This record gives sequence, structure tokens and C-alpha cells, in this order.
Amino acid sequence: MLLIRCPYCQEERPELEFRHAGEAHVVRPHNIADISDEEFEAFFFHRANPKGITHERWRHVHGCGRFFNAVRDTVSDRFVTTYKAGEPKPALEEHKA
Amino acid sequence: MTSFRLADVGRLDASKTARFTFDGRSLSGLEGDTLASALIANGIHLVGRSFKYHRPRGILSAGSEEPNALVGVHRDAARRTPNVRATVQELYDGLSAVSQNRWPSLAFDMGAVNNLGAPFFSAGFYYKTFMWPKAAWKHLYEPQIRNAAGLGTAPEESDPDHYASRYAHCEVLVVGGGAAGLAAASAAAESGQRVILCDEQAGLGGALRFESGSQIDGVAGWDWAQATAAKLAGMDNVRILPRTTAFGYYAQNMVGLVERVTEHLATPDPELPRERLWHVRAKRVVVATGAIERHMVFADNDRPGIMLASAARHYLNHYGVAVGREVGIYTANDSAYGAALDLHRAGIRIAAIVDLRDDPRGEMIDAARAAGIELLTGHCVAKTGGRLRVSSMAVMPKAGGASRIIPVDALLVSAGWTPSVHLFSQSRGKLAFDTRRQIFLPGAQAQECISIGACNGTESLAETLEEALAAGAQAVRGVGGEASRSISLPSRTAESWTGGMSGSAPGAEPGKAVKAFVDFQNDVTAKDIGQAVREGMRSIEHVKRFTTNGMATDQGKTSNLHGLAIASEILGKPMPEVGLTTFRAPFTPVTFGAIVGHGRGALFDPTRKTPMHSFAEEQGAVFEDVGQWKRAWYFPQAGEDMHAAVARECRTVREAAGMFDASTLGKIEVVGPDAAEFMELMYTNPWKKLGVGRCRYGIMLREDGFVMDDGVVGRLADDRFHVTTTTGGAARVLHHMEDYLQTEFPHLNVWLTSVSEQWAVIAVQGPKARDIIAPLVAGIDLSDEAMPHMSVREGTILGVPTRLFRMSFTGERGFEINVPADYGRVVWDAVWAEARGQGACAYGTETMHVLRAEKGFIIVGQETDGTVTPHDLGLDWAIGSKKSDFVGIRGLKRPDLVASGRKQLVGLKTKDPKIVLEEGAQIVADPRQPIPMKMIGHVSSSYWSENCGRSIALALLQDGRSLMGETLFLPMPDRTIEVEVTSPVFFDEKGERVHG
Repeated sequence: MLLIRCPYCQEERPELEFRHAGEAHVVRPHNIADISDEEFEAFFFHRANPKGITHERWRHVHGCGRFFNAVRDTVSDRFVTTYKAGEPKPALEEHKA
Repeated sequence: MTSFRLADVGRLDASKTARFTFDGRSLSGLEGDTLASALIANGIHLVGRSFKYHRPRGILSAGSEEPNALVGVHRDAARRTPNVRATVQELYDGLSAVSQNRWPSLAFDMGAVNNLGAPFFSAGFYYKTFMWPKAAWKHLYEPQIRNAAGLGTAPEESDPDHYASRYAHCEVLVVGGGAAGLAAASAAAESGQRVILCDEQAGLGGALRFESGSQIDGVAGWDWAQATAAKLAGMDNVRILPRTTAFGYYAQNMVGLVERVTEHLATPDPELPRERLWHVRAKRVVVATGAIERHMVFADNDRPGIMLASAARHYLNHYGVAVGREVGIYTANDSAYGAALDLHRAGIRIAAIVDLRDDPRGEMIDAARAAGIELLTGHCVAKTGGRLRVSSMAVMPKAGGASRIIPVDALLVSAGWTPSVHLFSQSRGKLAFDTRRQIFLPGAQAQECISIGACNGTESLAETLEEALAAGAQAVRGVGGEASRSISLPSRTAESWTGGMSGSAPGAEPGKAVKAFVDFQNDVTAKDIGQAVREGMRSIEHVKRFTTNGMATDQGKTSNLHGLAIASEILGKPMPEVGLTTFRAPFTPVTFGAIVGHGRGALFDPTRKTPMHSFAEEQGAVFEDVGQWKRAWYFPQAGEDMHAAVARECRTVREAAGMFDASTLGKIEVVGPDAAEFMELMYTNPWKKLGVGRCRYGIMLREDGFVMDDGVVGRLADDRFHVTTTTGGAARVLHHMEDYLQTEFPHLNVWLTSVSEQWAVIAVQGPKARDIIAPLVAGIDLSDEAMPHMSVREGTILGVPTRLFRMSFTGERGFEINVPADYGRVVWDAVWAEARGQGACAYGTETMHVLRAEKGFIIVGQETDGTVTPHDLGLDWAIGSKKSDFVGIRGLKRPDLVASGRKQLVGLKTKDPKIVLEEGAQIVADPRQPIPMKMIGHVSSSYWSENCGRSIALALLQDGRSLMGETLFLPMPDRTIEVEVTSPVFFDEKGERVHG
């Protein structure tokens, strides 16, 4: 079982308390009603699904209830870092070692 | 029966006997025995039959790696454990064991004809033989194979034992309680850090149990181990878990342990769990899992009485049991000499030591020579004789020459030691190949763990202890502790592990037509592996699956390296290039009971009951499961079946009134200055203009435009909405709302609170609904003018605060009384008393479904399946056309969602009104078309409607709204049913009754 650090609770908690919520930094367009089919397709359907470092959303659903973002390596399952929703992607160089 | 128990040898107390039975035969052993040592003490080596050829098999090992000696252990009818390794089952008084995989008896087994047919049962036999004809697979091959295959028999009764589960945290987890593990644990414990030490055996000591030549800290190795274990057990910061297997190494240093609590007890306290699962989260893991001895791969190497040299030393030095009286040794390394010397000292005749090596040197070899044991170097064992027990070995120079038959009643084999890298590999650490010794060792680590001792390839005792003390200190420093390193452990040993080989021994090369077993449990021979390679298998993973080498319950603990070496030799490639099969959890089999723990039966999943549940029970309601909820399905009265009860309930609601427990509905309170704006974004409907005290039916979409949930929403104040959701959708809807509120619309000042369990909901529906509740309600004007359909008021009922909704899911005048959950039953009872006076009834979910279907009201999840839009359902009116944004607004405009040809909600009336359609039945336009027919729709809801006097159905039908009045067909297995397409509203089409 993974341990995940909730950036709101500032605590490492077991995976059971969390729920995965898809790729992070997919921003819903403010003018969503007016975007083209291609733009909607890119926003709603396309996901990166990388091998390696991925940015994803989690929710501390059985804890504080907050959604946050995580950087995880899909190969090793290692969580590089977690950060609050709305914060920019962290610079990764420092975590690569 | 002659006993093979020796006086004054071993550590068991000869006065403490334990009776047991094997295949019904009454036998005697000693307390502290394993089933295997007790059987050998009684001269019994034949304990089972092999899986495929049904060959007689004996006891190979003295530990958890045992592939052969699998037995059933029976306590009572429900407690019959199959496939217990006799080598790890501790003896208790009254133990009853039975052999497996034989009929009619162990000594005479009909299945052994497979052995004669062996040429036909070669590798890949099943894949090749049972291909054609196809039909034969289902009716002939599979039942036959299933009957013949499988080891042991599972009990037919449910498991009466219970299993515990615990979480534990520590700084240092030490896996393995041999010399290395004990030394590492001592070094770590000294610092005061929390240490857990586990070992799969009953006591600590590991290989010191049999290594007679080792001394640590001035005393015999075994005595040091016991003293050290006792000292550790007395420390507050140390937990010692014997009989506990670390079976799985998971992410972030979580290690799964299973502790066998009662398996060794004659009469276990029923309060005790049978097993306990430990989820250990350790900051550092010290892996001290030792090594497993390999057998020699030569012709007929599987006869009972042929066993690992270290196993014979276990039985002798610990249990005081001689494995035979005339013992041969076949080895390629030094450690087997220890077995010869120990047995010799105990007075057992060593027939000869056959060593593959041309010129082995060292103290142990000299000692064997000095003892006068015949030593045949550069020789091999070409084959063995004997049927149910080995009786001889044929020895010859490995280069060829005359063979000599030497009588033996036991043959000890050793091809060297395989480091137990299972856990390290499970931790995702990379294995490194030691070319000189031809073994795999821990390489680059992926987690915070340290491998020490034999599992790390360290052979000498002094180096092992040094490595262990350093590892204990390193682990402590790694977690920020202070390691004092005050412990030093001087040691002396006469043991040597030099030498070793893997693959087939001379005379058993893969080309030879002999049965030289690599994997005993799955009956895989060197020849099978050769065949797999010849037939094109190149990777060891393919070889494994083709031959089943290493796939049995022992997971190839003794066979994997041999199999790999043989494949590598034939392919002419070094072992790492052929590859090592992946090690996966569990290390040894784990019971389902241990994994499930308390989570079974009533504790498998929570059962949710409404505050009025007891009323329904008292009334004899039949319940149905809706998710975790128990909901009253219908309320049969004397003599009524379901059909009659539902018909009566449906009639009564429309003629008088009915009461329905709607407490399971999801309820969310949406509160805050921006509540209305948030509601605008979450639901398709407009909310800003909804007056306080009014209600609206809301539709929630996903971003792709498909219906996700629905429910009635009441506005209690400018900044407060009482939102209801479907019963099953409550958690999903709140999650969805929270997601948007927190991440897309965080600027909105809104709070969301789940209040599903705070409110009990009593629906009162029917012409007399108002008359029923009126005497109980205070502070609310219930007149149609003051409180029209789709409004909400706050007041009291029986003095209890209520949110009273005027709404209807039946098409009748209706109210939904929300009261705090604790008052649910008392308010229900009061309303029930009034209701009975008005001729009303209680109704269940089935009647609720029928009544809403009569009105064409949808149920999300029944009329929708995640690909249905509001337009498909005829609910365009619920979409705020002037809104610039809501979740799903763009999805609704997708080309496929606005194209013609979509399935639309319609009603279906069967031409024969008595026929009730099957839900899910497919609709076609022309029943005479060839199969496969073009299906143009399906039935989503179908009932007998007592109020309409006929059957009714809702369906999703391609372009359904343009097909009104058309005749369509539903082909069923026994007939084709004709239907007419109609409006989905079957009752009170003008909708006048809700207004009273």
C-alpha cells in the first residue's frame, strides 16, 4: 500500500484514505460553450498517460476531503511530491536524483 | 516398528510424546517435532504421490521450500487443510494427517499408470493434445483434467476459524531469525529504536539449528541464538514474531507477514485467531532470509529417502532422528560433508560420499577422510534403485566407466545453495549475477532495505555476523538514531559452503531419456526443459509456462536455478541473458482467511438501514438490497404474493394514499453567498430565479453531456439549497460537486455538506396525503394556494422540526416529510396512525417503481446508462437555454449527441395487454429479417400496471418520438411480441392529479 502525503493535512497517510482523480493541470476552458469540437476533444478525451513522471490529481476523500496534485513515477509508483490544487507544476530537477 | 529416533541426540525431550495418525495409522512422535521429523522417526519416507506421474515421493527438505511432502491435516469436518508441508507442520498430540493425490492407497496408486505413459505426458502435453475437436474440450477434456488435477481436497464446510489483522510500525524490520537476523536485530535494538524480528520457524536460530560446527560468543551457535532471542524478547522496543512468514514486500517498505497462531496447538483456544496478518510499515528492512539448498538433477532422483543434505542434518541435530541406517551422499559442494560427519558421529553408516568435483580440498574433506568414510571424487550417481524407498545408488566415474551399485536406504544430495532473494526481488530491487558462483544476488536496491548473510551470498559465519552488526547499525543511523556498536560477536566455525553446481549432473543431460527431476512438485524433468528450448522457447518465462517448472505451490524454490541453468546451457547463453523468472508475493502460500481477516459475513460490507427499518420489519416487508441499503421492497399481507401485494399497494396509493420510506435518497446542503451560481454550473436548470420556498427537478450532467444524476432541489433561502440525489448516486454527486468547487470554481463562496443520514424522509402520496399529515403539522399552511406542488416549507410535525416538501414521484398529490433522523420512527408511527384512518397503506420500492413508470418518470441508471442525454429523455425543458455555462453544456453539442438516429425515451404497449415485457429485451422493426437482426432499441422498464389494467413499458428507441403509433417487435426465445410505440406517460397524461 502506498503512502501519500496530503499537502493540506501535511501528513503521510495510507492510500486507502485517498482516491485517484485523473490527470492534473487539465484546465476547463472558461468559454467552454464556445470551443470547437477539436478543442473539446483535446480537453476532454486526450490524456498523456506517460511512462515515467506523471502529474495527477488525488483526493484525500477519507480525510480532509481536499483535491490536490501529485507527481508520481508510473514505473516505480514512487511519489515524487504532492502539492495543493491551483499551484503550478513544481520544478522537477531537484527531485530527479 | 523400529524407531529412527536416536538416544542422546537432538534437542527434544524424549519423555514428552505426542500421538498422531498418518493415513489412519497411529504413530508416536515428540513434542517439538514437525510432522516430517516424526514420520522419519517412524521410518516413514513415502508421504505422497507426485502431481503428474503419481510417482512415490518422500520428504526432500526440512523447511518451507518443500515440494514433495504435502499432506492434508484434518482437525474436524470443517478444518481440513490441504497441501500442508509436513516439514513445517508442528506436531501436536492428536494430529491427523492424510496423504494426497493417490487412489486407492499411497503404496498402491492407480494414477501411477501416468508414469508408464510418461512419454506421452511430455512438456506442453496439455497445450498440444486437448486442442481438437473443440466440443470435446467442454464435455470431455476439461472435466477429466479437472478431476485428475489439483492437489489435496478443500473442505466443503465454511471455515469456522477467525483471522486477525494488525498494523504495525517500526524503525527496523528484520526478516529471518538466523545468525544474521539475530545479530542485526541486536545491533538495532540496542539503540532503543522499535524493532520487529520475524521468522517462519517455531523458534529462532535458522541454519544454526543444524550447523553443529558453529560457535558464537564462546557458546554453540544454537545456544547463542536462544540466549540472544530471549534477551531481545525481554526488551520493550523489540517484538519477536516466530511462526511468522514475511510473504510479500510491497511499496514504501510495507511488508506483509502472516503469523500462524494456533496451527501448532492440540486444542486451540477458540478465542484465538487461527492466523494473524501483519501489515508492517518499516523505515528500514533488514533481509536475512538465508539460502535454500539445491538438489542434484540425476536419473531417478525423486525416490523417497533422497533428500537434501541440510535436511538430514536438521532431522539429526535438532530432532534426534536418523534419516536412514546406510546413508549415501551425492554432492558438488562442501556443506554436505557436514551431514556425513554428523551422521557418522551419531553412529550411522555412511555408504559413500560421491563428489562430482575432481579434487575437493578443505578441512571438511580431510575430516571425512579421517573418519574413514569412502570418498569417490570425480564420480556421479548415474541412477538409483528402489520403488517406494531408495534402495541403492549406481555410482560411476563422471567421465564414464563401470558403475558400481551401492546399497543405501537414504541418499543425501547437495548441489549448493541458492540465496533467497525472493523478498529483495519483490521489493523491485535488481538482481546481479555472480558469474564465479553462478548465483543471483541482491544488486541495486529500490527501497530502503539491506540484505545480509546467506541471502546476500555471504558464506562465512564471521563475515555474516560482521555484516549483520553493521547492517543493524546502518539501519539505525538511516532513521536518525544513534548506533553505539557495543556488540561484538567472535565466532568460530567448522562449516564450509564452498563449491556448488546448477543444472543437470552427468548422465542426466537434457538429451538423455531419463527422469531427472528439476521440479518435483510439477514433475518437470531436465528432458522437458530441453524439449521446451527445442520447440522454440527462448526466454525462461516461456520455458516456465511451457514446462510448468517453478509454477507449483513451492514456486520453484529448489528448481528455478536448475531450470535456468539447463536452458542456458542448451541455448549457449549465460544465465542472465536467458533471464530469471520474476519473484512474486506470496513467498509461501497464504490462506484466504488471513487475507480476508474479519471482513466476511456480516462484516464483509456495511449494511445501511433507515430510521424506519424496524417498522418495515414489523410489518413483514420483504427487503431488497440497493447498494448497501436494505429497502422495503413490498409489504405482503396474509396470502399475498409479490404480484398481489404490489397491485394492492399501487391501487391504494392512487385511490387513497400510501406511505413510503424515502430516507435513502442522497441529500446535500449547498450553502453560501454563491450557492445559486454554483447550482447553475452543476445542473442544467436555471436556479437564480427559483423563488425561496420553491422546488425544481434538476438534472446533472457529466462534462461529456450525458445524464449523471437527477433529483428535486428545494430553495430554503437565497443562500441555501436542499439538494436530493439518487440513492446510489449520493457519494458520487458530492464528489463531483466538490471536484468542481475546489478545482474549477474555487472563487465561489459555497459549502457542501452531506446530510443524507441527518434526515429521515417519509413520503406520503395520494389523494388523501394532505388529510393524513394535516393534523400533525404546525406552522405551515398546507392549502394548495399557500403550498402548491413543488414547494418546500419549514415548520414542525409532532413538534419536531421538519422540512416539508410538496412533491411527487407518483403523479399524485404528495408530500415528503424530512425530519431529523432520530425522530424518523416516531414521526412515521404518528403519520401511519393517521394514514390507516384514511385507508392508506405502506408501499415499497417495487410499487414506487411502477407508479413512477405509469407517469413516465425516469430512474437514472435504469432509463440511463451513461450514454443518454436529456434530449434523449425528452427533458429539454430542464435545460436552461439562456445559460452560458454549466457542466456538460459543451458536451451536449458534440456531433454525435445532436445527430439524428439517437435512441429516445418512449412508451411501449404490448398488443396483448397481459404480456409483460422483459427488461433489456431488444426491439426490431421487422421480425422476419435474417439473424443477426438490426436492433433499434431496448426495454428499460417494464411492469404490470394495476391502475392501467395492462402491462406498461418504457424503452429507448432509435428516433422513437417519430415512431408514435407504429408497430414494432421483440423477438424472444419462445415467441415474438408485438408492441405499439406510445407516449411514456400512461396514467393521468395531463398531470392534473399532483395539484389535488
